[in-house]
Amino acid sequence: MQENQPVEKTTAVVEAALQHHGTNRDELIPILNEINQQIGYLPAASLEKVSQALRIPKSQLFSSATFYRMLSITPRGRHVIQFCESAPCHVEGGRQVWHTILDELGILPGETSKDGRWTLETTSCLGICGVGPVLLVDEDIYGNVRPEQVAEILARYA
Amino acid sequence: MKAVRSMVLVSGDPTSLERGAQEVYHRLQEEVRQSGLSGDISLALVGDLGRSDIAPSVIVYPEAVIYGPVALSNVHYLVDEHLNKGRIAVDLQTPIHNLAGHSAWLSRRKGTLPAEQRIVLERVGKINPEDIQDYILYDGYRALGKAVIEMTPAEVIALIDRSGLKGRGGAGFPTGLKWRFVSRAGGSVKYAICNADESEPGTFKDRLILEGDPHSIIEAITIAGYAIGASEGYIYVRGEYRLAQQRLATAITQAHEMGFLGKNIFGTQFSFEIRVHSGAGAYICGEETALIESIEGKRGEPRSRPPYPTTHGLWGKPTLVNNVETLANIPAILRNGPDWFQRFGTKTSPGTKVFTILGNVNTTGVIEVPMGITLREVITIYGKGMKNNATFKLAQTGGSSGSVIPASLQDTPMDFDSYLRAGVSLGSGALLICDEDTCVVDLAKALINFFRRESCGKCNPCRIGTLRAYEILSRISEGVGSLKDLDTLQMICENLYQLSNCGLGQTSGTGTRDILTHFRAEVEAHIRLKVCPAGVCSMSGRWTASQANG
Ligand SMILES: Cc1cc2nc3c(=O)[nH]c(=O)nc-3n(C[C@H](O)[C@H](O)[C@H](O)COP(=O)(O)O)c2cc1C
Ligand code: SF4
Ligand code: FES
Repeated sequence: MQENQPVEKTTAVVEAALQHHGTNRDELIPILNEINQQIGYLPAASLEKVSQALRIPKSQLFSSATFYRMLSITPRGRHVIQFCESAPCHVEGGRQVWHTILDELGILPGETSKDGRWTLETTSCLGICGVGPVLLVDEDIYGNVRPEQVAEILARYA
Repeated sequence: MKAVRSMVLVSGDPTSLERGAQEVYHRLQEEVRQSGLSGDISLALVGDLGRSDIAPSVIVYPEAVIYGPVALSNVHYLVDEHLNKGRIAVDLQTPIHNLAGHSAWLSRRKGTLPAEQRIVLERVGKINPEDIQDYILYDGYRALGKAVIEMTPAEVIALIDRSGLKGRGGAGFPTGLKWRFVSRAGGSVKYAICNADESEPGTFKDRLILEGDPHSIIEAITIAGYAIGASEGYIYVRGEYRLAQQRLATAITQAHEMGFLGKNIFGTQFSFEIRVHSGAGAYICGEETALIESIEGKRGEPRSRPPYPTTHGLWGKPTLVNNVETLANIPAILRNGPDWFQRFGTKTSPGTKVFTILGNVNTTGVIEVPMGITLREVITIYGKGMKNNATFKLAQTGGSSGSVIPASLQDTPMDFDSYLRAGVSLGSGALLICDEDTCVVDLAKALINFFRRESCGKCNPCRIGTLRAYEILSRISEGVGSLKDLDTLQMICENLYQLSNCGLGQTSGTGTRDILTHFRAEVEAHIRLKVCPAGVCSMSGRWTASQANG
């Protein structure tokens, strides 16, 4: 797990994000997005810095940061699995695939595995249901997934 | 555009990428270079070419020959035959008149063969979305020039009004009227926003437009800005749509360089800037007031209305919010006139509609057809019939907030008014086609689960109602439901509709309600007989409350 991010890295990432987006209030979500993408989550130190730069109270920042699915204030596993559970994927065979994933990983949605390898999340439609059921590992999209492919897909991620 | 001999487009939609489009594209680059053709050929990886059935596909212009599915091992042959020797690589060619997953225009008369004509998807797949010259070659920015040079803002609004265009974001609100509201609102600062948060399950039409023809949206928002008197615009793009965001950013830079954006557009007094704003994963941010809150950096919780964004929107200023597909119609309407637009579709719902076809049909994909086509036509013509010759059981329209359409409504024309009269909703244009093997309880559960997840939690009827409904449906699917549960479920749906603050809660029970209306016997079988007639539900009787949190 990426706990205890080195402070220097956090500082550098936050500064780069502020550089890209400026410090207008309407850039808050894009800034948080960029930090989350770079570090994998939003370390407390990063929220502190953004709060100062944009002059937004930390309570408000926290309320925004916890609202959005793509933002996380807790460290996540090395690989994040997102499984689409919306109706189109579900009808196209998603249910069986989902059960296979649960069996393979032995964790529940929202949880991170003990070894820090996986975080499992369910998600709503990703807009690629033309090839449902759909599975996202980090940034890689897998479409037309069949239950028997799950183990092989997961093995690609150390 | 550079004087190139051929333009080669590789499909880059997710299906194609999944099947190796990226590799095919790189191999093409290499082969073209090795043949010494680099200067003569322009090569691009584009969005959806409308042929998911033969993905990855390659189109070579000017001949407009479609090849597919193209494998790495075919690339050498393709380059050698077509680009080197100038012969069509017949072995790889796909017949053009295969309409599956294609965008097509059907004339209003029944029984005639479809003649192809696209409006909003016109350039998608035809042009290189990262090259403004391509867009210009296809009439790009002509409409903007016409608007700002030849017309007053009021004339632009009047023209859109006369076209009869209605919003494609779900509510079907007349676009011209909305523009007029904003233009009449007081104050000198106004905003024009393009709603590209597309997250309705099963809907990805906006993504195709943004990825395949980003300039059309830039042009349309700028026209809208001119019409309503705004000098700033936003495009709020769903966080997951990274490619669309990149393409829009590129398009904005290019438009600036050419003077279509920025100060004194076309040498007039009109100046306009556009910013791309990324979402961060929340379906509710597609609701226009939640979207505005989100741009302001807050939680995406819908505001109470009135006041409406047309008078009190972003930063409290009058704000126009339009859907991507709505906007994509604007340049074409300005170029060709309202009468031209009225020729398509029905009298009260003119124009085309982009549908995504999903589920148990032979061909899934995207089509652009006139308003007023029927579900049966969609399934047989475009879906190429039901998979495995199964029987059609129901369709679910417009993503999760849409209705469940039983077979009896298969022949009702799909336009805003006819559907309204039949008590169903067209929604965002997703058509999930289900066969007999679909269990309605399982489907209802998946639908309500979506709302349970995505409810922003601001108001109780929605936050609690969606959870309770999900729990009840879970119990029924496990064979431990009771008949009393059905009454409770019915009541919850009614409450959701009546008491919720925003459209999410209000429509969240629609699917369940429709299922109870049309398929009650099947639901009751789960309770009375403890069987799932479709054989989907496990009926294990294991349901526990903790599963509801899964
Ligand atoms: C829960 C909810 C989600 C919505 N999601 C979207 C969306 O993703 N895209 C969109 O254009 N409109 C969406 N809408 C509709 C918008 O609120 C708004 O009506 C629309 O953007 C107006 O554009 P139009 O007039 O061009 O249709 C949503 C509405 C609700 C209630
Ligand atoms: S209806 Fe649901 S989504 Fe809408 S404001 Fe209420 S809780 Fe939020
Ligand atoms: S429903 Fe799964 S990607 Fe759309």
